[in-house]
Amino acid sequence: MHHHLILRVVAKLLLPFILLYALYVQWHGDYGPGGGFQAGVIFAVGFILYALVYGVDALVRVVPRGVLVGAMAVGLLLYAGTGVVSLFLGLDYLDYSRLAHDPVHGQEWGILLVELGVGIAVAAAMTAIFVAFATREPDIDDEDW
Amino acid sequence: MGIILVDLMLFGFLVLTALAIMRLTNLFAVTMLAGLFSLLAAGLFVTMDAVDVAFTEAAVGAGISTVLMLSALALTARNEKPFVIVSRRMAVPLICCLVTGAALIYGTLDMPAFGDPDAPVHTHVGGEYITRVIPDTGVPNIVTAVLASYRGYDTLGETTVIFVAAIAVLLLIGFPRSATRRRDEDGSE
Repeated sequence: MHHHLILRVVAKLLLPFILLYALYVQWHGDYGPGGGFQAGVIFAVGFILYALVYGVDALVRVVPRGVLVGAMAVGLLLYAGTGVVSLFLGLDYLDYSRLAHDPVHGQEWGILLVELGVGIAVAAAMTAIFVAFATREPDIDDEDW
Repeated sequence: MGIILVDLMLFGFLVLTALAIMRLTNLFAVTMLAGLFSLLAAGLFVTMDAVDVAFTEAAVGAGISTVLMLSALALTARNEKPFVIVSRRMAVPLICCLVTGAALIYGTLDMPAFGDPDAPVHTHVGGEYITRVIPDTGVPNIVTAVLASYRGYDTLGETTVIFVAAIAVLLLIGFPRSATRRRDEDGSE
């Protein structure tokens, strides 16, 4: 367990900053480059870095597989659900104008919500794909490499 | 002048990387070079002021897809199978490539110059978005406003594609509930 000590320490130091940066990209997408998709990818990269350094089993202890699959669905449903809410408010699907007291604020809220949905779905999907690949036993010997 | 030099350098490295990817048979090296290719493409997008696209290309192309390709590589062979060149079979693909390439280059001759303010993309819907985004949505990043609000249907479809892709991968290569249980099953066999 004492292999790659420097790598483990540096990864542990970097992780909070990666996750914080992902959150920054997520919530700051209205003002700067980025948005839900990029934030989701960066968030997943944080998890994947953890898995690369500490092993996939450690990652699965932090985020069980059921949580990953659930989060994928929750993200997509948050997006689609925002559209359904605007249907109930008497507007077209995915028209956010009545989500707040005036149309401009409604648009801001709608964009924030759907971007959050995209972020959750993308982060969970990317991490799930990585976990699926990484937990599958390779069929080839080490000598073949 | 400086930006032209940067563009030329990035395009030069892009072509060199593509040639190296074609010639190499070691898939590990090919994967790493594909990541480099994406990073160079991201640099080109930055010089074109398309920072959102550059961000996506760097995060997805250079970052996560390289990791996913490497983890897929761990499940398969590390080298490409040796490719036997049969000159008779090369004629048709070669002609196809040359004709397609010539058609694409011919197509670019009609395109407006880069940054041309009279280009159709800037005179019709683009200008409309630029004038409407702030009064409509109050979101300064026009790209985000277009993606999430004006083109909300497309982004919903995009998110659905990612969801379906992940589900498909999980169904294809398996997603056992717990790694330890699977290992116990393997041990009992």
